[in-house]
Amino acid sequence: MTAVLSHHIVSAYDDELKSLTLRIAAMGGHAERMVDLALSALIHADLALARKVIADDAILDEAQREIDTQTISMITRRQPLADDLREIVGAIRISADLERVGDLGKNIAKRAFVVGHSLDRMSAIRGLEALVDLALTQLKDVLDVYASRSVERLVAVRDRDEQIDAIYTSLFRELLTYMMEDPRNITPCTHLLFCAKNIERIGDHATNIAETIYYIVTGEQLPLNRPKEDRSHVVTVEPHSPA
Amino acid sequence: MVRRGMAAHQQQHDVQKPAQARISVTSSDSEGKEGLRRQFSSLLKERGWLLAAAFAAMLVLHLAGGGSLLVLVAAILVFLAVAMVVPVRKAELGVAARAAPGSNSGFTAESLAAAVADPLIVFDQRGVVVLANPAALGAFGDVDPGISLPLKFRTPEMQQLIGRALETGERAVSAEYSERVPIERNYLVSCTAIGGTSLFVMVFKDQSESRRIDRMRADFIANASHELRTPLASIAGFIETLRGPAKDDAGAREQFLQIMQNQTSRMARLINDLLSLSRLEMRALRMGGAKVDLRAVIDSVVDSLQPLASDSGVDIENRIGEARMEVAGDRDELYQVFENLIENACKYGRSGGKVVISAASKKIGPAEEISVEVRDFGPGIAEEHIPRVTERFYRIDGNGSLKGTGLGLAIVKHIVTRHRGRLVISSSLGEGSAFTVHLPAE
Repeated sequence: MTAVLSHHIVSAYDDELKSLTLRIAAMGGHAERMVDLALSALIHADLALARKVIADDAILDEAQREIDTQTISMITRRQPLADDLREIVGAIRISADLERVGDLGKNIAKRAFVVGHSLDRMSAIRGLEALVDLALTQLKDVLDVYASRSVERLVAVRDRDEQIDAIYTSLFRELLTYMMEDPRNITPCTHLLFCAKNIERIGDHATNIAETIYYIVTGEQLPLNRPKEDRSHVVTVEPHSPA
Repeated sequence: MVRRGMAAHQQQHDVQKPAQARISVTSSDSEGKEGLRRQFSSLLKERGWLLAAAFAAMLVLHLAGGGSLLVLVAAILVFLAVAMVVPVRKAELGVAARAAPGSNSGFTAESLAAAVADPLIVFDQRGVVVLANPAALGAFGDVDPGISLPLKFRTPEMQQLIGRALETGERAVSAEYSERVPIERNYLVSCTAIGGTSLFVMVFKDQSESRRIDRMRADFIANASHELRTPLASIAGFIETLRGPAKDDAGAREQFLQIMQNQTSRMARLINDLLSLSRLEMRALRMGGAKVDLRAVIDSVVDSLQPLASDSGVDIENRIGEARMEVAGDRDELYQVFENLIENACKYGRSGGKVVISAASKKIGPAEEISVEVRDFGPGIAEEHIPRVTERFYRIDGNGSLKGTGLGLAIVKHIVTRHRGRLVISSSLGEGSAFTVHLPAE
C-alpha cells in the first residue's frame, strides 16, 4: 500500500468519500438484517415481524436515493479520476444491488401472510434455511471485503454461488414433488418457490457486489468464470413417480 | 480511498503509541530484541540532557581555564565511555526485572488487551481500529488495525452504537450485536472512551450461550418429537399385531420383535446424535485453541473403525503421508468429523470394497489450507441431493432408511464450519463419492 497521506488538497473531499463508504456499509447492514428477518417471519408465520421488514424497505430506498444524490454531486463538483472515480461509480452500483436485495427480502416477508402455518414440518423449510444461510454468508463476506479490501477473499464467492444454485435446483424439484402429492400444497409451495428464487437472486446480487468491489480495488474485472446458471429450467418431475 | 485514509490515520496515531502497535505483530524472539533496543535508546534519550550538560560544562571549563586540548579530549572520551556503560547495565537490569515473576511494571496496552478473554477493540475518533486483541481477531477475523469499524459491524444497532460513542465521548454506551452466519452468535457490546486519549474501547460480552440454550430446547423438542414419532408408531403397530392377529404365530413374533429391536436401537442412536448436535451448538466457539495433528486423529479413527470396515468387507486405505498436518481446534470434535465421514463411507460405499483417505495442502492468499478427502467407490449420490445431504434429517431415499439418523453429516458440517473450514462433496452415480474437509492450517 503506498501510504499516500490525505492527498486531496481539499480534505472535505476525503470526508465525502468516507461518508459514502459508511453509507454503503449501513445499507449493507440493513439489507442483511432484512433478509434474515424476512425468512424467520416466513418460517414462524410471524406477521408482525413481516410487517416490520416490509416497512424497513423504505430505509433502503431512501438510502439509495441519498447515495445517488451524493455521488452525482461529487462527480460534478470534484470531477474525480482513477481510483476515486471507481470508488464513486462502485458505490452507485453497490447501492443499487443492495436496494434490490432489500426488495427481494420485502417480497419474501409479504409471502408470510399467504403461506402462514400451512407448511409445518415440511423439509423444504430446512432447504430454504440452508439457502438463506448461504446467501447471507455470501453477502456478509462480500461486504466484509468492502471493509477490509482484501480482495483475494472474493475467490470463495464463486464456490458458494454454485452451491446456492445447486440447492435452489434441488428445492425446486422437491417443491414440485409436494405439489404433485397433494393439490392443497400447491398454494404454499408456489409461494415458497418464489421465496427460493428470491434468495437465489440475493446470492446473485452479492456476486455482483463482489465484482464491483474487485473493480474498485484493483481497477480490473474479477477473473472468475461466472458460475453455471441454476438448472431448474430443465427439472421435470413425473406424476406418480416415487418421491 | 479507505486504505489511503487508514495509512494517514495510522501515521497520526503512531506518534502517540508507535512501538506497541508494531510489537504485537512481531514474533516473541524479535519482540525481546526489539524491546531491549527500545529500552536502551529510551534510556540514552533520558540521559541525553545529562550528557549535553556535561559536555557544555567541560567546554566552558576548557575555554575559561585554557587547559590543554589533549586533556579535554581524554576527559570527553572517558566520560562518554562511562555514560554508555551505565545505561546499558540499567537496561539489562530493566529487562531482567520485567522477566522476573511477580513484577508488575512495564505492561503494555497490547499485553493487557491480549489478557482479556472477551473480544476487545480499540478505535479512534474516526471509527478506525487501532488495536484488536486476539479474541476479537478470532471471533471476527478482519478487524486488523486500519479497518473502519462501522464498515465491519454493519447492523443498525452497531452503527448507532459507534455513532453515539463518537458523539457523546465520555459516557459508556451499549448495544446488542448478533451474527447469524457463519455461526449464530450474540454479543452485548459496550463502548467507552479511554480517558486521556481520543480513543475508545469496545468490549464484546458473549451472550450466545443463553440464546443457544433457548433455541436448543425448542429445536430439540421439535426435531425429537417429529423424528421419534415414526419409529414409535411402527412399534405401537407391531405391539398391537402381536397382541391380536399374530398372538400365536411364533414365526411372526420373532420377526416383529427383531424389527422392534431395530427401531428402538435406531431411536437410541437418534437421541444420541440429537444430543451431540445440541451440545455442539451450545458450546461457545473456541477458536485459536489447542493445536491438533490431523494425521494422528485420522490414524486413531481408522484404527477404531477397522472392525466395522472388515464386517462390511471394506478396505480402508490411508494414503496420508508423514507430513504434519496441524490445525487449531478441538481434537474431540475433529475426531467426530472423520469418524462420521469414514463410517459413512464404509456403510454407504460398501459395494465399492474400499475407502481411500488422502490429504493435501495448498496456499490460499497468505494462508495455508489443509484438505482431507474421504472417498468411497459405492453407488454415489444423485446430483440433486448433493447440496442438501448436510441438512438435518435430509434423506436421499425419502422415507428414512434404517442406516443412519440423518444427522451425521449435519454434525460434520457444523464442526467444520466452526473451525472456519468447508466441507465439499462431490459424487457421481455409479462411481462413488468424495467428502473433502478443508481446514485452515495452524
